[in-house]
Amino acid sequence: MTRYIIQRLLLAIPVLFGVSFGVFLMAQLVPGDPATVLAGDTASPQMIAALRQELGLDQPIPVQYLRFLERLILHGSLGNSTRTHREVLVEIADRFPYTLLLTLSAVILSTVVGVLMGIFAAINHGRAGDFVTMMLAVIGLSVPSFWLALLMIMLFALNLHWLPVTGAASWQNLIMPTITLGLHSASVKARVARASMLEVMGQEYVRTARAKGLREQTVIVGHALKNALIPIVTLIGLQFGGLLGGAFITETIFGWPGVGRLAVQSIFNRDFPVIQGTVLLVAVAYLASNLIVDIVYGWLDPRIRYN
Amino acid sequence: MTNDKTFAASVQRSPWKDFLKRVRRTPTALIGIALTLGVIAMAVFAPIIAPFDPLQMNVRERLNAPSMTHPFGTDDFGRDIFSRVVWGSRLALRLGTLSVLIAVSGGIILGLIAGYYGGWVDNLLSRLLEIVMAFPGILFAITIIAILGPSLDNLVVALGLFGWPDYARVIRGSVLSAKQREYVEAARAVGAKAGRVMARHILPNVIAPIIILSATRFGGALLTGSGLSFIGLGVPIPQPEWGAIMATGRDYMASAWWITVFPGVLIALAVLGVNLLGDGLRDVLDPRLRK
Repeated sequence: MTRYIIQRLLLAIPVLFGVSFGVFLMAQLVPGDPATVLAGDTASPQMIAALRQELGLDQPIPVQYLRFLERLILHGSLGNSTRTHREVLVEIADRFPYTLLLTLSAVILSTVVGVLMGIFAAINHGRAGDFVTMMLAVIGLSVPSFWLALLMIMLFALNLHWLPVTGAASWQNLIMPTITLGLHSASVKARVARASMLEVMGQEYVRTARAKGLREQTVIVGHALKNALIPIVTLIGLQFGGLLGGAFITETIFGWPGVGRLAVQSIFNRDFPVIQGTVLLVAVAYLASNLIVDIVYGWLDPRIRYN
Repeated sequence: MTNDKTFAASVQRSPWKDFLKRVRRTPTALIGIALTLGVIAMAVFAPIIAPFDPLQMNVRERLNAPSMTHPFGTDDFGRDIFSRVVWGSRLALRLGTLSVLIAVSGGIILGLIAGYYGGWVDNLLSRLLEIVMAFPGILFAITIIAILGPSLDNLVVALGLFGWPDYARVIRGSVLSAKQREYVEAARAVGAKAGRVMARHILPNVIAPIIILSATRFGGALLTGSGLSFIGLGVPIPQPEWGAIMATGRDYMASAWWITVFPGVLIALAVLGVNLLGDGLRDVLDPRLRK
């Protein structure tokens, strides 16, 4: 198992370098000269040239990349926001807890709802309950989540005045963003949970459990569910990474002060150091959760370790 | 005699007829086809269906509620929402089709190369694939939009570029297993060139999963594209893109619900159509699910 973990970690290193190079390239691909942008409209050509030298922009691209890596790894620095002039990592650290909270609550909600729907459909396989639940799941996959967000705002905030529209002042602010963010992953989980339950329920050991005369409830909860949940565990990990980086639209609609909203604001402000920082953070978080999934999976299913 | 006839008929029955017969028995596929054809028809006949010019402003008619003249109401510049939504189907089809085409062609080429040649080529391409997959799709799109600026074409490029790894993975896996088959080995043994073996012997076997994946991707492109347009990072506002229309409705949610509600219904129906189509095709094409 240790060997497997080390192997997975080593495999992640080239990917991390690739991601960092991608993030570095972003700033290179932007039309216009960063020094001119940074210096502002009133700067003289001499000031711009000095700034270019200071930022190392007069160096060849590979040298610039190495410097970028050196700053990032040795000093944990991505430069300053061109707007607030604060260190990018500080800006992100301020917002990250909000994104984490929103992601966690969306993962919990979608897992509970999705798994329950999946089990319900599997138990009622081929009957109306199955069909209705799976129709709901495919509709959940097809409805644009930002549209659902707007419908909820119209109903619960503007008409009924039950919930606040924007901000993060109380736990009530969390309700609508959580549903918005969790909608699609709940639908995916419902489909996976159903398929996985159906597969497990056709296995010999479930038939044995039934043949022993166990109650249906004991068979489902004690024997089938535990094994059927393995793919769900994988899915939770993968979705966690995806949701962490997928909250741009949800956070923007609800004015939720997380990393996603920061990224969108930075794009409008053309604040490239902050955009780079959010992209890097989200990609690393996504990689880390995939890595954890791989490790958990290897632990749950020993066959994977040896392949 | 009759037995012989039925036997002959069943032998002669083409796979195509067999396929159509199974489609007809799959309700999800049928609903999916109906919805998808509906959206395509709307796009093709937009000039006939839409009663008004989608961009034409009419300040005297601004924020009108749905009526006989304006079935979906009007927006803050008096533009007819129904006409905008109808014309929007063209943008949606363009976005979905082109971004899927970019992803499919990139994925097929790279997947075939990685799977067929193996070795360091496979290793290099697999690492590249992991790097692209390390960026969640929407992040990739946002990054490209941040660099190139918001427009329909940039959105197509962004959604297409992050879509290829899924295809490459499917293709690579299929190639790896097909390479072991005797018919591929036989083709190589008689001296068929790599390109010919891939195009004639390997590709036809992976068409089904690619079509199913494309249906899902198409829906995903519509959702991501309209979502980005909605927050201002996709198709710019005067254009009748569904997400962009909803963005104009944001300031009038309390007074003019129709600007937000109708385009959303259209997106949902279009995406539902391709999702059901994909699900239905999977049921039809997957031999393991056949009774």
